Amino acid sequence: MKFIRLIWVNLWRNKLRTILTVLSVMVALFLFTTLRSVVTALEGVSEVGSEVRLVTRSSTGITFPLPQSYFERLKAQDGVRSVTWANWFGGVYIDESNFFAQFAIDQETYLAMYPEMAIPDDQRQAFLSERTAALVGRGLMERFGWELNQNVTLQGAIFPGDWTFTIRAVFEPDDPSFGDQQFFFHYDYLYEGVNGNMIPGWYIVQLEDPEAAPAVIENIDRLFENSSNPTKTETEKAFNTGFVTMWGNIGFLVKAIGTAVFFAILLIAANTMMMAGRERIGENAVLKTLGFQDGLLFRLVLVESVLITAIGGALGVFGSKFMFGPGNPVNNFIQGFQVEWSTVILGLTMATLLGVVSGIVPAWQAMKLPVIQALRRVA
Amino acid sequence: MALVEIKDLTKVFYRDSQQIPVFDGVNLEMEPGEFLSLMGPSGSGKSTLLHLLAGLDQPTSGQISVGGANVTGMKRRQLAAWRAQHIGFVFQFYNLLPVLTAAQNVELPLLLTSLSSSERHDHVKMALDIVRLSDRSDHYPRQLSGGQEQRAGIARAIVSDPTIILADEPTGDLDAKSAEEILELLKRLNEELNKTILMVTHDAHAAEKAHAVMHLDKGVLSR
Amino acid sequence: MKIPVVYNLRSLKERPVSTLTTAAGMALVVAVFVAMMALANGFRAALVKSGSSDNVLVLRKGANTEMYSGIARGTASTIAGMPFVARGPDNQPLSSPEVFVVIGVDRLTGGMANLVVRGVSPQAMQVRQGIEIVAGRDLRSGASEILVGEKIVDRFANTGIGETLSFGGRDWTVVGHFSARGSAFESEIWAENEQVMPVFRGEVFQSVTFRMTDPASFEGVKQQLEEDPRLFLDVYRENEFYQNQSAILTFILNFIAVFIAGVMAIGAVFGAINTMYAAVSSRAPEIAVLLTLGFKPGNVLSSFLIEAVLIALIGGAMGCILTLPINGLVTSTTNWNSFSEVAFAFRVTPVLLLTGMIFAATMGFLGGFLPALKAARQPVVVALRQG
Repeated sequence: MKFIRLIWVNLWRNKLRTILTVLSVMVALFLFTTLRSVVTALEGVSEVGSEVRLVTRSSTGITFPLPQSYFERLKAQDGVRSVTWANWFGGVYIDESNFFAQFAIDQETYLAMYPEMAIPDDQRQAFLSERTAALVGRGLMERFGWELNQNVTLQGAIFPGDWTFTIRAVFEPDDPSFGDQQFFFHYDYLYEGVNGNMIPGWYIVQLEDPEAAPAVIENIDRLFENSSNPTKTETEKAFNTGFVTMWGNIGFLVKAIGTAVFFAILLIAANTMMMAGRERIGENAVLKTLGFQDGLLFRLVLVESVLITAIGGALGVFGSKFMFGPGNPVNNFIQGFQVEWSTVILGLTMATLLGVVSGIVPAWQAMKLPVIQALRRVA
Repeated sequence: MALVEIKDLTKVFYRDSQQIPVFDGVNLEMEPGEFLSLMGPSGSGKSTLLHLLAGLDQPTSGQISVGGANVTGMKRRQLAAWRAQHIGFVFQFYNLLPVLTAAQNVELPLLLTSLSSSERHDHVKMALDIVRLSDRSDHYPRQLSGGQEQRAGIARAIVSDPTIILADEPTGDLDAKSAEEILELLKRLNEELNKTILMVTHDAHAAEKAHAVMHLDKGVLSR
Repeated sequence: MKIPVVYNLRSLKERPVSTLTTAAGMALVVAVFVAMMALANGFRAALVKSGSSDNVLVLRKGANTEMYSGIARGTASTIAGMPFVARGPDNQPLSSPEVFVVIGVDRLTGGMANLVVRGVSPQAMQVRQGIEIVAGRDLRSGASEILVGEKIVDRFANTGIGETLSFGGRDWTVVGHFSARGSAFESEIWAENEQVMPVFRGEVFQSVTFRMTDPASFEGVKQQLEEDPRLFLDVYRENEFYQNQSAILTFILNFIAVFIAGVMAIGAVFGAINTMYAAVSSRAPEIAVLLTLGFKPGNVLSSFLIEAVLIALIGGAMGCILTLPINGLVTSTTNWNSFSEVAFAFRVTPVLLLTGMIFAATMGFLGGFLPALKAARQPVVVALRQG
């Protein structure tokens, strides 16, 4: 591209203006990328969860526990391979701001149902055999600087008092969408601690055949329909999606803002290109006199415009990706918050599109420039 | 056949609904290696004639051929390509791109060719040598004097070895000494390198430098 | 001798495209700013301004949210009888023991939400103040009836008066809708505590809320209740409790609002700077003429500044108009601390619109300052030659 020098020097003929425009685009794309990542992170949660596992909870709400007797009854259902259960512990680790998920589980059946947790065998044994043991995710270990075999004390909020556990196992999931900031311990430990005054929070059912899901779901819910604890059963995936919908309109809000940002910057960039274009009328006329084709001038102006937005855009997009790298603090609120490569590509595409749209009018004007009148103005 | 043949050229400008005739049925022939001056009062259409020759404008009627090519019959796209190869234009106000150095400005017409980077470099060097501006090749227009800028402008006009050089008031913005230098340069281009030159000027002294002086007045061309 | 503003107005008309484009960019920034602040207004009311500083909220010790708490009947009665609990005109203690559960309900727009069902005592409305029945009637004691908060109506099925919601194995008839000054209570469903208790929780309340006889004595009240070994309680000022509950969400929303508006403002200022620099460049001859005529550089400076601010104000006005339709729009999310739905409405107030205009003017001023300075410092000769 032998014209690249011409394009490049034209960019820098007004350093301040170019720099300001690049900065505006950078700022806008940084915002766009970050906001979009919030949306993708939220949507990403709903991708987690298998089709071969079901979650059975109280139809009134997730916070209502279910009878212990349901365990055997669920196992007896057609198409069910295994059943386990869990409870939300909701404790506090030193301070409420150190939030993470804690679950009391039926340890043997639960671990069997989630092989993706990838626990080293010896640790797995240690966890299963000790009543006060804890199974902790790698992310949590790093976040608090915990070490294997150390004690951790949680203040119970639902189950009052101080509860001490010993970390005997660390899991690092095969599938990153499983999340590695969770804390598991034995249901029995909790049960004894409250003198038997508790029942399972919800059940997880593993199917023989995922195709049978709709039928099994219907059977389970019908089974308990008229009892004092009716159930709502759904695939694990649907269950997780339900949590995403609890965020409500946030996704929509974020998208709306992202759009406004994009258009605001579009206007600013377009304005800059038009201003630049107006200044160069005389020079463009001279170029045409030298024999530069109309179409060539069109391309030159457009490329210049796209260069500005591409540079600014790249700075903004990668700036966001870098700032929200692995282990960034937003992860504690929104699991797996990061800037996906798909978002990066989208951002760069938007930046390029921005360049094209904002440059099209001045490019068109350069192309259509009536040489004589323009020359007359210069001379 | 003459290098330049203008037959029965008529140009009428339209402003709103008014018709402004510039010239009517003008004829002109130029031989290769001729250096011709064109004089006339302001608004007589001298520049227009140059624009028509360069294919920057279309006549109302008539024919122009340059170097055998039918300029008036060409389409816009063809004209641009043809102009790049065959026309060298020198402006009154030099019209160098302020963001490029003298050498880079001279190189501009060559970007439209398929010459390699080193080939272009050689042509530029040669052109700058001819106009005696080699020592200033890396300067920007704002660092050059008026005379030096015009020399760069001329170098740009000759760098692709055009069929004809069209100069529109080349000394109009220069002081007496620089103007003299430029005129001498043009004369040298014509005499030593056999360049065909058509120069528009309102300075009688400058016009004398050419082989012949033509007058354009009230749409009539005369020697 | 000031340069007449007419000159600026005419100049704006001379460059309509450039003026409108810059103004439009500012308009969007102002619109986003006002919208974000309106959102902040809305959630501040819902999350931060719920509850009163005159009231005390009591939970079981260690329970950091109402949902986890459990208070026995006996304890509730003991609290009601204490001397620092204010009394109503009928000499009944202004103390409301309440049941708190969260049920899963499908949104009409799709997806799920957890709604709070609060089993209240007859004193609830008196204790809380600012609660008003806006449609239908109050609850009848002993009946399977519910009141639905304003923000829930129309966004969830079966919330109209006379309709029936089913949960906890029972059917509940909606007998009224209530408003609560935009606070979090407007996202709740209220029923009689005695009705809710047996269905869900057994024989415990989740909280007791009472009015203090002397709000200034809160510390003493807190001490007395928390240190009593029989009672096992945590004591909060009602409004501080709700504020804490939403601390994270409030922080996030505030941060987003400021971050977004700030970032966009920076972009808009850049745009304004660019536009004004171009204006100054292209009008160099005019400036020279003005200076020659005898106007001082200071006049030129103010003139260009005024012009920049004018463009910004045009944009600001456009932006404010853009945001008017969102006033009253209800949006909702889940407050993860309380694990329940909180809805809030965008609140565009006249003060906010004024703030938006000032914000616009400031952007215009910042954007126009350096270019105006350049115009004022321009040497006359250079400018004349350019023309």
